[in-house]
Amino acid sequence: MNALEQLHGQFPDLAHLRPFAGAHAASPHLADPERKAHRKLAASLEDAIAKTGLKNGMTISFHHAFREGDKVINLVVDTLARLGLRDLTLATSSLLNVNAPLIEHIKNGVITQIYTSGMRGKLAEAISNGLMERPVQIHSHGGRVHLLQSGELNIDVAFLGVPCCDEFGNANGAHGKSRCGSLGYAKVDAQFARQVVLLTDEIVGFPNVPVSISQDRVDYIVKIDEVGDPSRISVGAARVTSNPRELMIARFACDVIEHSGYFNQGFSLQTGSGAASTAATRFLEHRMLKKGITASYALGGITGSIVDLHKKGLIETLIDTQSFDTVAAESLAESPRHLEVSTNEYANPSSKGTYCDRVDVVILSALEIDCDFNVNVITGSDGVMRGASGGHCDVAAASNLTIVVAPLIRSRIPTVVRRVTTIVTPGESIDVLVTDHGIAVNPARPEVAERLRAAGLPLMDIDALYQRAVSLTGEPQPIAFTDKIVGVIRYRDGSVIDVVRQVQP
Amino acid sequence: MQILKQAIAGTLESSDLMVKVAPSADDALEVIVHSEVIKQFGAQIRKVVDDTLRQLDVRAGSIVIEDKGALDCVIRARVQTAVLRAADASQPNWEKLS
Repeated sequence: MNALEQLHGQFPDLAHLRPFAGAHAASPHLADPERKAHRKLAASLEDAIAKTGLKNGMTISFHHAFREGDKVINLVVDTLARLGLRDLTLATSSLLNVNAPLIEHIKNGVITQIYTSGMRGKLAEAISNGLMERPVQIHSHGGRVHLLQSGELNIDVAFLGVPCCDEFGNANGAHGKSRCGSLGYAKVDAQFARQVVLLTDEIVGFPNVPVSISQDRVDYIVKIDEVGDPSRISVGAARVTSNPRELMIARFACDVIEHSGYFNQGFSLQTGSGAASTAATRFLEHRMLKKGITASYALGGITGSIVDLHKKGLIETLIDTQSFDTVAAESLAESPRHLEVSTNEYANPSSKGTYCDRVDVVILSALEIDCDFNVNVITGSDGVMRGASGGHCDVAAASNLTIVVAPLIRSRIPTVVRRVTTIVTPGESIDVLVTDHGIAVNPARPEVAERLRAAGLPLMDIDALYQRAVSLTGEPQPIAFTDKIVGVIRYRDGSVIDVVRQVQP
Repeated sequence: MQILKQAIAGTLESSDLMVKVAPSADDALEVIVHSEVIKQFGAQIRKVVDDTLRQLDVRAGSIVIEDKGALDCVIRARVQTAVLRAADASQPNWEKLS
């Protein structure tokens, strides 16, 4: 009787322990020098897909750090369609105008279910008009991680475009010709997906540093011509404005910050996407210098203008889930206090610690805001989806002071409305609305209103702002919807806060 | 006021509109409104255009509106301008325009 049999005899509960069978029994690739070094490199995207064993009905995921410059999502879904895969669930951190080609793949049954933070352009229009049988699930950035953690969303294969990685899969977005900056969205997919395929246009020597996505999460690596065009990150929602009205709103927002009671040494801030919101940063510098204070950190959505304040020593640390322009991406590579974080660290409500919990002041935008301060950032006033949930409800819920900036009217569409078309962020999370016609404070925050009034800011009732808007535009006719639900708006905790219905043709 | 020739007023910028006016072959009045906000404000835009044409006493012609979300005052001004240009009215009746 050998030792193992004796062990099994004496301890039947250890009967599953196996005898030693050679150093490479569980890692045969170590016996083959070629495979040992290069086993993760796939010859082609088709090869990588075959190796993952992706099947009909499974869930694939992507990140959107390249925003309008993304080249990965369309490429991979095109390839999956060509390989005959069907009935896939598409779980992207978000979708943009550039993803319009997905319409064909939805029509053809390649994609039958979508989870995303948002949608724009032709794709959003088609889905709003009833393209899909099942409703699209709209989640926030933090809420996406919650859905992954809670098990509702199970990623079978994540296809992650990265600007550089080594042949073991250590990847970052701080270097490489397609440098996009933070891989904050992708980090989560790498953590939760059963299998991870990295697509890159630059394979660098081992080991690649810094490590944003680590080799222990990566199954296969595919070299492609181009993962994305970083110059197209800062178009659309992440643009920089020279529009005087947006600049004026941004300046009002800074007035609010300055007198809100939260503008103190070591305060923390976030500026969301949207022109007026990102522009507010420009007006902060002078006020910080005047008061002689610095910020402990800025969270986001990091823009060039935030980086500028960081370089001047006015913001000590940058916490970056997504670099909104090339300046931010460069800073991530160069500044030791420019930290890349995942969306779990950023905003997941069930995370053990998020940076958004410690934000003092956040400036967010809105497509519509109603007299109860509920905010819509997903549907236009024509009922068609054209935006993204993003981190809106996450940071609004967590920060000490949530400021929404928006023009009172956009062309003849009122932004302040009686009832928002779709609720994404509940009014209880919104403290101040700043428009080009006046500032309204949520009645739930009388102490903030008091401070702003004392500083001489033009405060108005939100109902008065609404009246002013419709006196300019006229009362809009209500949009006609069918009964069919085309979108489900998930709050950050996974609950359903609203639904989007199909627009009446 | 009689539409004698083709005329145009306005731009295709956001918050503006372009108005194209032309004589009609059969002496009928034809108004076509395209608008980015047709769902919310189509009826209101049509009403402003009709009222303005009535004020100007335009009974025949082809009026084509390409609206980019203009406010009523802008719509009125652009329609008036296009009609006055098309009618060769160098001495408009200002009282009728207000």
